[in-house]
Amino acid sequence: MATTTTTVPSAGPIAGSRSFLSRLRDGDEIARLVTFIFAGTVVIITVLLVYEFWRESYLPRHKFGFAFFVTSVWDPIFDKFGALPFIYGTVVTAGIALLLAVPLGIGAAIFLAELAPARVSDTLQFFIDLLAAVPSVIYGLLGVFIVIPVMRQYIQPALKSSLGFLPFFQGPAYGVGFLTAGIVLAIMVIPYIISVSREVLISVPRDQREAALALGSTRWESTWKVVLPFARTGIMGSIFLALARALGETMAVTMVIGNTPTISASLFSPGYSIAAVIANEFTEATGDLYLQSLIELGLVLFLLTFLLNGMARLLIVVTSQRGSEMGQA
Amino acid sequence: MKRLAPLFLAVLALVAIGVVQAALSINGAGATFPNPMYSKWFDDYHKKNSNIEINYQAIGSGGGIKQVTEGTVDFGATDGPMNDEQLKAFQDKHGFPILHFPTVLGADVPTYNISGVSGELNFTPEALAGIFLGKVTKWNDPLIAGANKGVNLPEADIVVVHRSDGSGTSYIWTDYLSKVSEEWKSKVGKGTSVNWPKGLGGKGNEGVAGLVKQTPNALGYVELIYAIQNKMPYGKVKNSSGEFIKADLASVTAAAAGAAKSMPDDFRVSITDAPGKTAYPVSSFTWLLIPSKFSDGSKRDAIKGFLKWMLTDGQNDVEALSYAKLPKEVASKEMKDLEKIQ
Repeated sequence: MATTTTTVPSAGPIAGSRSFLSRLRDGDEIARLVTFIFAGTVVIITVLLVYEFWRESYLPRHKFGFAFFVTSVWDPIFDKFGALPFIYGTVVTAGIALLLAVPLGIGAAIFLAELAPARVSDTLQFFIDLLAAVPSVIYGLLGVFIVIPVMRQYIQPALKSSLGFLPFFQGPAYGVGFLTAGIVLAIMVIPYIISVSREVLISVPRDQREAALALGSTRWESTWKVVLPFARTGIMGSIFLALARALGETMAVTMVIGNTPTISASLFSPGYSIAAVIANEFTEATGDLYLQSLIELGLVLFLLTFLLNGMARLLIVVTSQRGSEMGQA
Repeated sequence: MKRLAPLFLAVLALVAIGVVQAALSINGAGATFPNPMYSKWFDDYHKKNSNIEINYQAIGSGGGIKQVTEGTVDFGATDGPMNDEQLKAFQDKHGFPILHFPTVLGADVPTYNISGVSGELNFTPEALAGIFLGKVTKWNDPLIAGANKGVNLPEADIVVVHRSDGSGTSYIWTDYLSKVSEEWKSKVGKGTSVNWPKGLGGKGNEGVAGLVKQTPNALGYVELIYAIQNKMPYGKVKNSSGEFIKADLASVTAAAAGAAKSMPDDFRVSITDAPGKTAYPVSSFTWLLIPSKFSDGSKRDAIKGFLKWMLTDGQNDVEALSYAKLPKEVASKEMKDLEKIQ
């Protein structure tokens, strides 16, 4: 791409040689300024958001300090606030969701982009886009009326009898809990993963596939060894999107997680997530320390999203470096 | 765009008419529990007095107290009375006190789902406190079985369900448990959200009802109105006179009447576990929070006019919406208090 010569004048040196006035007349300067301001707003909003959260959470930050992150009592009556069970619930449910949704979503995307006839692919894509647009409260209702009873009556007893020796599948089967919330979240984020991954896979240049086929690889080998690695960054992007949605999802989670601040290895146990507790308690929260503790929880969620996204990005950098080294070897 | 222009003008005209007609607009915010009642009252009152428009935002009791203290709304509403600290904060900020006016009554009922048990169960205060503290864990515990002779209670674990969202319903329930159990009072306390020793949390009445209906051997609490409107089965609770009382509009009003004799002057009273043979023990007032001074005389008169109407004619609409109405003693005591608004 970089080596091809183009007839379009490149923006750099030629633009610089023209007078400011002529550029202004052509709209370049204005467009630059306007788009720069728009891009800058994103940064400003983020900074203001963090600043506001930071400022409004003064009381709990000074009263509890670091203990806020590592204690697990949440008692509005006796003014004791610890965020650990909420952090745990948020991370665990998002983790379960990705564990289930990533293989399913990417598998479906591969089928739609590489194997399915165009008409089937487009029709299915329509349904997937439809799923992505369903409001989360609908998924919550699906969880309440279908997933919870099925979990309690069939899946949890089955898991208990087959894998009950593991600490993850013990305790009473209420139907609600970490596992149920993770499953509902997985259902919610799968359309995102499929939709974005499919686009990315489709946009992998044809010559990449043809080159692989020309070298004698089978269709699957070209998909698995050439197309997928080529599209890796884009697919990771779809997973980020899914992770962000899973971490911040409020309505559907609060309807199925059981809303009990617990830390338990058992995925059957009811839990709580940060977004859910904020939505549940904010309206009726009286007392400054209580209110500000909820705001600090918001800050924690923000940082958590930031941190997990950063870690995932780091993972990409590391794996893509290793990938290119392997390619060279 | 052209097509939208007439529509836009029409909307503008409507807004303009609205502004002209509603010469006086009063804003309030607060509790969600009485919202259906308040909406109807404010609407009816506007129909009678077309120059007065009262807007109400059901943002929750906490928000109502906060906003009326900050002065962003003309009045507030709450399911739990303001505490001394909050009263002082209002007094310090404005230089005059805020007044509580009870409007209607609500109650909580225990609802359950036990396989093989269809009748009404009787609950003693000790049993309810024990269950919610996590000390009574089986349905056939003597504390429950003792009050339900002849009912075949299973030896199954009780799945406790409570509200996860901060709510007046939880305030009433925990206020009641605090009164009947010293241990609850010292360990958990009362509030719109508490640190529940046990149980699953459901969002809203519908969330609790859904969990109870779906989960075998579950016990939860919902608002009486919700239980009546959805025809849910619910149990009787033993009152302070030793009678098992089923909650209905009459028994809730009876609880308020029982408490009326010892009503403090500022109406901040809890009527859970109230005296009276027919009183249902898990009942509560809900309050409007009215500042005692208005700089705008027409607003003051409008609010006083509304309160007067609400305490007399307005009370006739209460039972149609399944709220329990104020006992006469309380309403007439409030009428006298209207003078305090200046």
